[in-house]
Amino acid sequence: MKRIKKEHEWQIREFLFTLKLLSKNPSAVAGFVIIATMVIIALTAPYIAPYDPIKISLRERLSAPSMVHLFGTDEMGRDILSRVMHGARISLRIGVLVIGIAGGLGVVIGAVAGYLGRQADNIIMRVMDVILSFPPLVLAMALAAALGPNLNNAILAVAFVMIPKFARMVRGEALAVKEKQFIAAARASGAGSMWIILHHIIPNCLSSVIILATLLLGETILIAASLSFIGLGAQPPVPEWGAMISVGRKFLMDQWWYPTFPGLFILVTVIGFNILGDALRDILDPRIRR
Amino acid sequence: MAETLLDIRDLSVRFFTYQGVVRALENVDLAISKGEILGLVGETGCGKSVLARSVLRLIADPPGKIWGGEIFFKGEDLLKTSNRRLRHVRGNEISMIFQEPMSSLNPVFRVGNQMQEVVVLHQQVERAEAREICIDMLQQVKMPDPEEVLSKYPHELSGGMRQRVMIAMELSCRPDLLIADEPTTALDVTVQAQVLTILEDLTRKRGVSVLFISHDLGVIAQLCDRVAVMYAGRIVEIAPVEELFSIPRHPYTRGLLKAIPRIDEERDTLLVIAGMVPGLIRPPEGCRFHPRCEAVTNPCDRVVPRLVEVVSGHQVACHLYNDSGEKYDADTRH
Repeated sequence: MKRIKKEHEWQIREFLFTLKLLSKNPSAVAGFVIIATMVIIALTAPYIAPYDPIKISLRERLSAPSMVHLFGTDEMGRDILSRVMHGARISLRIGVLVIGIAGGLGVVIGAVAGYLGRQADNIIMRVMDVILSFPPLVLAMALAAALGPNLNNAILAVAFVMIPKFARMVRGEALAVKEKQFIAAARASGAGSMWIILHHIIPNCLSSVIILATLLLGETILIAASLSFIGLGAQPPVPEWGAMISVGRKFLMDQWWYPTFPGLFILVTVIGFNILGDALRDILDPRIRR
Repeated sequence: MAETLLDIRDLSVRFFTYQGVVRALENVDLAISKGEILGLVGETGCGKSVLARSVLRLIADPPGKIWGGEIFFKGEDLLKTSNRRLRHVRGNEISMIFQEPMSSLNPVFRVGNQMQEVVVLHQQVERAEAREICIDMLQQVKMPDPEEVLSKYPHELSGGMRQRVMIAMELSCRPDLLIADEPTTALDVTVQAQVLTILEDLTRKRGVSVLFISHDLGVIAQLCDRVAVMYAGRIVEIAPVEELFSIPRHPYTRGLLKAIPRIDEERDTLLVIAGMVPGLIRPPEGCRFHPRCEAVTNPCDRVVPRLVEVVSGHQVACHLYNDSGEKYDADTRH
C-alpha cells in the first residue's frame, strides 16, 4: 500500500514540475494566458457579458464602439462584445469535440495501419486517401447537409474530415517507431499486436499528436465557422464567430468593427493554441525534461 | 550430456530482395542443453542475429522467410506452433536481450513502468507485488538504489545500467533459455566485464541456458561452455570452449584465432584472413570459405562439406576431415 502511495507522489511531483517549467517559458505563459482567458470567458459568458447576445435593439443598430457598447453593435443592434463572448463557448466546444473525436479515432486508425502494415495498411490508408482527396470544406458541407443542418451534425462532419489528418501523421510515426528495438524487445517478450500498438506505438506518437491537434484546432474552428456561414452549422440567432464574420463581411467598409472583433477572437484563439502546443511539446518531451 | 533444450535442425532462412535472394542461413544444425551457455561467433553479417531471431520467429516477413528446417524447443517445433502459443513461449520460456541497450527500452515510459508491465503480464501478480519483484531483480543485477532507478526514464540511465535493466527484466520471467544478441558490444570494456559477470552469475545460478552471440572471441572464451563458429550463413565448427581455442580444426577458426593480437608475441602487422566476406546473394559454390581458405583441396569448390564429429563433441564442416574424420595435420598454429 505504501508503494502505491509513493507512485502517486511521483505523479504529483511530476505535475508540479510541469507547471514550474511552464511558468519559466515565456511563450508558454502567453499561450496559456490566452487560452485560459478564452476558457474563462466561455465558461462565465452568461454572467459577465454586459447584454443578452440575441436581444435585438433596432434603435442602436450598427453603432460604433463606445462606452455603452465597447465593440459596437450589429445590424440588429445586438451588442457585439456579448455575442463574441458567447461565441467563445460555441467555438471552443466545437474545437474540443471535433479534435477529441477525430484525434481519438484517427490515432488508433493510423497506429493500426502503420504497425500492422501490408494489406491492413493498404486498405486503411486508401480509404483515408479517398477522404483526403476532397477539399475538407466541401466534404464537410456535403456531410453536414446530408445529416441535417444543426451544430452537432456539423461537429460530426468536421470530425470525419479531420480523421485522416491524424491517421496519416500517426501512421508515419508508427512506421518509424515500429523499427525501434524496444518493439522487437516487446515482441520477444511475448507482447501481441494490440498490446504493442496501445502501449508502445501510440504513446510514442502522442507528442506529435498534441502539436497536430493544436494546429488543427484553428482549421477546425474555421471550417465549422464556414459551415455556419452557409447555414449548415450554428443556426441564425446563435452567436457563432464565423457566422458573425460572414454576415459582417458586407459591412466591413463602413462598419469595420462588425467583422473585426469576431475575427480578432478567432485569430487570438488560434495563435494561443499554437504557441501553447509548441511549448507543451518542449516541456513534455522526456528527453529534454531534465 | 544433459537434456537437450533447444534443437535447431537444418534451418534455412532467406531474404527476398530486389537484388536477389539472400541466403542468410543454410542448413544450420545447433543444439543447446539445459543450463549450458553456448557461444555463437562469426563476422558481421554472417547470420548470427538472423539465427537468434529465427528461434522466436522474429524475422520480418517480408522480406525474410524461414525456408526450411525445424526448431525444437522442449520437443515442440516452434516453427509450426500457433501464434498464440508462440507469444506464450516468448518471454515466459525464451527471452532475448538485444545489442543496443540504448534503444531496447521505450523512451516515453519510466523504467519501473516497463518492468512492472512485463512482470504483471507474465506472472499474473498485482502491481505492488510486481514492483517488489522488480526491485528484487534489480538488486540481483547489482543495481545501486533500485527504487530510484524504477522512477527514472531510460535516457537517464547509462548504457551499462540499461543493459542490466534489460537482463533483470528478461530474467524476471524465469525463462529456460536466454538469447543474448551481442549484449555487450555497445558498452565500454569495464562495463562489459561487469555486465558479463552479472549475466553469467545469474544464469548459472538459475540454470538458464544461454545462446550468447558475439564477435568477440575474448568474451566467448570467458563465458561459454561450447562455441559454434559461423561463416557466411553456415556453421563451420562446434566445440567445447577450451578445445576450440587450443585445437581449432576449421581453417576459418584458425584464421580467426590467429588474427587476435597476442601479448606474448612480437608482431609488426596484424594477421588477417585474405579476401573478403562473400555476399550471400551469390555465395561461393561448395564450401563458402574455399576462396579464402589456405588449405583448399579438391572437392572444396563443388561439394558442401557436412558437419562431422572429429573428436567427441567437436564437429567440423570441412573436407579436410571428411567422413573418416582423419586429421588435417598441417601445423599452422604456433
